[in-house]
This record gives sequence, C-alpha cells and structure tokens, in this order.
Amino acid sequence: MLPDVIVVGAGIVGAAVAEALAVAGCRVRVLESAWPGSGSTGAAMGHLLVLDDSEAQWRLTRLSRDLWDARADQWGAALEWESCGTVWVAADGEELELARRRGAWFAERGVASELLDQVALRAAEPNLAAGLAGGLRVPGDSVIYPPAAVRLLLEGAVRHGATIAAGTPVKRAGGGWVELTNGDRLPAGAVIIAAGLATPELLATPVEGLALIPKKGHLAITDRYPGWLRHQLVELSYLKSAHGSAPSSVAFNVQPRATGQILIGSSRQLDTLDPTVEPATLSRMLARAATYLPRLETLTILRTWVGFRPATPDNLPLIGPVPGQPRLWLATGHEGIGVATALGTAALIRASVLGEAPPLDPTPYAVDRVVGWMAHA
Amino acid sequence: MTELSADVVVVGAGPAGLAAAVAAAEAGAHVILTDEQPAPGGQIWRQPWDAQPPAPSRELWRRAEHRGVRLLPETAVFGVQEARCLRAASPGGAVTIRAGAIVLATGALERMLPFPGWTLPGVFAAGGIQALAKSGLEVAGKRIVVAGSGPLLLAVAAFLKRQGAVVLGIFEQAEAMAVARFAGSLLLHPGKLRQAAALLGELTGIPGHHSAWPVRAEGTGWLERLTVRVGDQEQSFELDFLACSFGLVPVTGLAELLGCRVESGAVVVDRQQRTTVPAVFAAGEATGIGGVDSAVIEGAIAGAAAAGSMDPAPSLDRRRNREQAFARRLALAFRLRPELKALCEADTIVCRCEDVRFGALIRYGDAREARLATRCGMGPCQGRMCGPALNFLRGWPLPRPALPLIPVTARALVTDATDRTASATFFRES
Repeated sequence: MLPDVIVVGAGIVGAAVAEALAVAGCRVRVLESAWPGSGSTGAAMGHLLVLDDSEAQWRLTRLSRDLWDARADQWGAALEWESCGTVWVAADGEELELARRRGAWFAERGVASELLDQVALRAAEPNLAAGLAGGLRVPGDSVIYPPAAVRLLLEGAVRHGATIAAGTPVKRAGGGWVELTNGDRLPAGAVIIAAGLATPELLATPVEGLALIPKKGHLAITDRYPGWLRHQLVELSYLKSAHGSAPSSVAFNVQPRATGQILIGSSRQLDTLDPTVEPATLSRMLARAATYLPRLETLTILRTWVGFRPATPDNLPLIGPVPGQPRLWLATGHEGIGVATALGTAALIRASVLGEAPPLDPTPYAVDRVVGWMAHA
Repeated sequence: MTELSADVVVVGAGPAGLAAAVAAAEAGAHVILTDEQPAPGGQIWRQPWDAQPPAPSRELWRRAEHRGVRLLPETAVFGVQEARCLRAASPGGAVTIRAGAIVLATGALERMLPFPGWTLPGVFAAGGIQALAKSGLEVAGKRIVVAGSGPLLLAVAAFLKRQGAVVLGIFEQAEAMAVARFAGSLLLHPGKLRQAAALLGELTGIPGHHSAWPVRAEGTGWLERLTVRVGDQEQSFELDFLACSFGLVPVTGLAELLGCRVESGAVVVDRQQRTTVPAVFAAGEATGIGGVDSAVIEGAIAGAAAAGSMDPAPSLDRRRNREQAFARRLALAFRLRPELKALCEADTIVCRCEDVRFGALIRYGDAREARLATRCGMGPCQGRMCGPALNFLRGWPLPRPALPLIPVTARALVTDATDRTASATFFRES
C-alpha cells in the first residue's frame, strides 16, 4: 500500500520529489505558500554540473546529471537546454595544476573532461582575458532555465494524479500531518518538507541542531549577444569562495543562456537578510567577472536581482527521514546547486519513502547528522 | 569616476522639474537638474530642434540659468547608490550624483493597450508620434487616426494637423456624457477652458467620436487598414499611421528604488511634496496624473521645500488643491471601460521585447510567476510597455523596479574605483 504524500514547497526540489512519488503511484499533494518556483529556484542560475568538493557531493551531482541527461531529448527545448559544458578557468600555474588533478579525479570516475592550456582556453572562449593559464573543460555539463524545469516537473506530477495547491501556506508540520495557516489539518502517510530556508520554522517538533544558513547571492543578466559566450565559465578558486567563511565574497561564474543572454554571478553574503540588490556588492561581482572577461564591461545589463541559497554548515543537503518523527522527511539545504541535484534528491526520497533500495548511499545526506551542528550554533 | 554633488538634485526637466529647480535655486540652493533629453522641457514642452520652446518653458529655464542651475542633459538616472546618492548614465559615462535633497519629477508614460495588429509598424504611441515628428518623422500629408483616451489625444491631433497631416478622426473610448461633464467642469478653470476652446477650434473639421476604440489593425508588413468600433458599429480606414494612447501612468521606478511609498501607482507625498523618505520630494505626474499646471505648482512647492523653505506659499497651496480636484475629475472622466479588456486576443503580442502573447499569460494567476515563466516584461524595456497594459488587463501590479532602471553597460554598474583597480591588477598579482 503506497502512502498518500504531502510535499511542502514547490521549488525545484519539491517539484522533483512530487513528480518522483507521483510517478511511483503515490497520491501526491503539493502545498506551496506562494507560487511554484517563487523562492530560491526563481532566482537561481540553473547549471547541471558535476562537483568534486566532496565524495558525497560528487555522487549526488553525478547521479542527478545523469538523470537530467536522460530527459534531455524529451525536455531539452522546453527547458532551454544549452549543452554548453563548463570550463573551470585557471588564472595561474597553481590553479592549472588543480584543474589537472580535478580532470584526473573525474577520469577515475568515468566523467569526461579536457585540460586546456593557455592557447586552447582562448580558442574555446575568445573573450577571456589574455594571460590566463588554462582550464578544465567538462563537456557533459549543461545549463537550463529553472522556472521551466519546475513547471515541467509539476506537470509530470499532475499527469500522475498529483494536485498542486499554490497560495497555500503551511503553518507547521509533523510526522504524518500538516497544518495550514487557515487552521486546516491535513493527514498524510508521508510528509516531505522541501521548503528551503523556511524548513526549520515549519517543524512542529524542532530538530535539535537543525540550522540553515541563508547565503545571499546577486545575479545580473545582459541583453542578447548570441555566440559571445560558449561555455559556462567558473573560476577555479570558486569553491574557496563558495564555502569560505568570509561574510561577503564574489566569484566569477557566467553562463550562456539559450536566448543569447549572459547570466553573470556570483556573490555570497552570510550576514544579511536584506532582499534588495546592493550596488556595492554588484559592483564587486561585475568587476570580478570583468577581470576574466574584459569586454564584458561593454555589454548592456538589463536586470539584476538577488536570491538566498539555503546552505548547511557542512555544504551537503539534508535528504531523508527525520529521526524520531515517523512519516516526516526533509529535502532541503541544497545551497546553490538545488537545480543540479534535484533529481538525485527526488530519487533518494522516493527510495526512502517507499522502502526501496537507494540509488546511492544516503548516509552523507541524512538528517541525523545535524546533531553535530550544535557546536556551530 | 565622475562624482558630482549639489544641495538639491532634481530628476526630470519637464514642467515639474524646471519649476522645482527654479524654486530651489531662488531659495539659494545649488541645484543640479538631470534629464534624459538633450534640452529641458520634458515631453510636453518638447520642440523640434530648430524651434523655440514654448514661453512658459523658456521663462522657467531663463530663471533657472540665471540662478546657476546646472543642467545635465542626456543623463538618465538608473540607480541609487546609497541614501541621497544617485547613479546616472550620461554621454561621458556613468556619473555619481550626491544630493542634500532630491526632487523626483520623473513624469509619466503612455499606456498602450494591446489589440490585434497593434505591433505593426505604423502604429505609434500618441505622445510617441508627436516626439518622433519633432525629431524628423515626416507626417505631412499622412493619413492618421488618433485613438485611445484622454485630453492628450486632442493635443496630438491638433499638433499633427498643424504639421500638415490628414487626421481622419479622433476616437475616444470614454462616453460622451463623461467627457461633457468633464468639459463642463473646465468652467472652474478659465485658463484651461481657454486652452480647450483653442484646441477645439484647431480641430474643426476632424470627426470626433466617443465610446469608440480601435479593434484591429491590419497590413502586410506595415499598417494599412484600421477597424474601429463606434458604439455598435465598426468602421474601417485606409491609413498611414495610428496614434494611440490609453492614458498616462506615473513613472515611479526611481521613487521605489529610493524606498518611497507608492500607492495606486503614484508616489505618495504630503503638503510639502515630501515623500515617505527623508530629503526626497516628488512633484508632477509621478505623484498622480494632473497635467502641466499642476506639475508647475507642485514643482515650485517641492523645490522650495527641498531647499529648506518650511511651508508652501498659501497661494500655491490653494492652487494646488484646485488642480488636484481637476485631476480627480480627469481620472474619473477618462476611466478605461472594461470592454477594452476584450480587445486583446490569445495570439495578440503583449510583450514586444520578448514576443509574449496574451494566451501564454492567462494560465498564471500571479504576475511574478507569469513573468518568470514567459519572460514577459523582462526584455530591454523591463515592462515599461506591457506593465501598464497588464495592470489594466489582469490587475497585475507593475514590475518591481530594480537596478538598473534602464539598460546600462556593466561598466556603469562598477561603482567603486577599488573594484576596478583590483580587476586590473588581479592577474599580475597571481
């Protein structure tokens, strides 16, 4: 007997989880406080990429990229899929050595990549600054438009009988039940909270140690310049910036979009909940991008915005059952790679809810590890 | 990096902005006045390059120059750096402008409503064709229909006729009774009545219709034929241009970026034209559509207040109240009728920048969701065209303005000199 499921949150993770469980045959209800994709997803870049920050992150990004790839033929156009690949850009010899090691690590695990020297890098991306040492091209990475992904996943869920309730805020939830802000109490065989940063405050019984860290990010998008940029570009020192403890940092990350526009990131701020674009941070972010792409300064910026990444202290998401609270699962804390890891997350949740064999070892993402975060508080 | 500063910075050199700059300067303030156009006067006092500006514009600008007001022409404020510090794009590059006080005189935009064929070349905004004609578009001998709503239609029709155009008709969506009541109320405003009478005199011979609006524009690659509805009848015209406008919408983007409260689409101000943000004032159409007389009065009050004068002169205060009553009657008389919502069909383009059709939007209940899903309003114009239309069609709020208010280069958004220096030395250091 399959459980009736309530998914709280219709961002990319909630949408993927809802689809996976609906396809599995569960009766799925999605409760969304605003509208699908209205949180972090709507502000996100949308890269599908493999990352080697840790073995656990590698496995989840790898599984997810394979799952996305399996949908490329059917969904590619609707997702504005760009098979652009990623180039990790090395500024100097030291970073190029990092690139080489990363390539070797990928190769051991069966993912193709190609080391680019100074000349090859310029040939791959003519707008990059002269003097960059090289880079690592990962041809299998892609870029998609996240709002379209949310829509397709939810449409898939609905085709398998799911219902989506937008504008339906949840007050709190526990094992096997959800209470709406209007007072309605809804029972369910399984409740999965995929509410991003709002997740901790929705838990009727708090999970000791659970803390999500909002990491504010700025993005800017240009007018249309088809062909100006060919790959997603990321500076190799990106992960230093992404996971560092500096209260504010910027790192070079740009993406070519299917429209010909260029999406420019990135910034990370740990000490703010201000939902507005900060000119000073935007300035640093664009200046950083222009160090790598000098002619970027001449491109026209149409729009800038900010979002908040739901991060965890150990840089891994929370995916799995809540200890001591039967019929309650979390799927949150994906920081800046929720789009990249949504399908793998959904596969893990499906296996856990239905008692199937998991597609990969779920231990590194388990919720019980938050007990160890108490020290961080 | 160019940085300027002044006691009072006035954004927009139309009637409200010019009046504000004069009042502030005459109160002893050092004033900077910015405008996107090459010359002061705003849309309403805009002139062909070889013509004299109208007398009131000339007079205000003479007084402004006399008091040392510094005009920054072709300068578009696109962002707020910090409190009372603006960023603007100008021919020489981006500038930072620090202000003791700011007066927002950002004016209004025309509201276009989508109907089948409205994106054909040859269909213009009413104020738009006027501006284009002043900068060189040939209208003499052209067959032109003027349609939509509001007194602007009459002014544009008279202008086009003066330029030698053949104005085939004026089609006003409001009911004859409503317009007649409004015209009657002009008796309370002798100055406006004289203007209106002069205008109507000029329009002699041009058929005018009420309860009438465009339903369909057709042509092969260019506007050739227009069908209008007059009451229950449809009429068709062969024509060259359509000048179309469905009223004016206050421009509030900069006010919102500064954090000022905006209600019902207009910047909220008090008796001294103060917004809800300290040292930020607003005047003219940005605070509600009221016309040129109202703009000049409000500008004078705002400029004096921004320069530190405590209370508006009682005479100005009284005149403003009268003008605001006029503005309310104007809004009531030319309220858009609900039938206009049915003009837009599923395959009618709503967002020209991103080619979004109405049918793609109607499945979404939430404006932000629709915009994100379809990119409606996310192109170069950032919703300035489709925003007011969708506000009427769907009741959707206008897109929330963000930095940059207009498209600018990435360079213009790099504000801190150290950011750029860091960029320049980055690779040498590493």
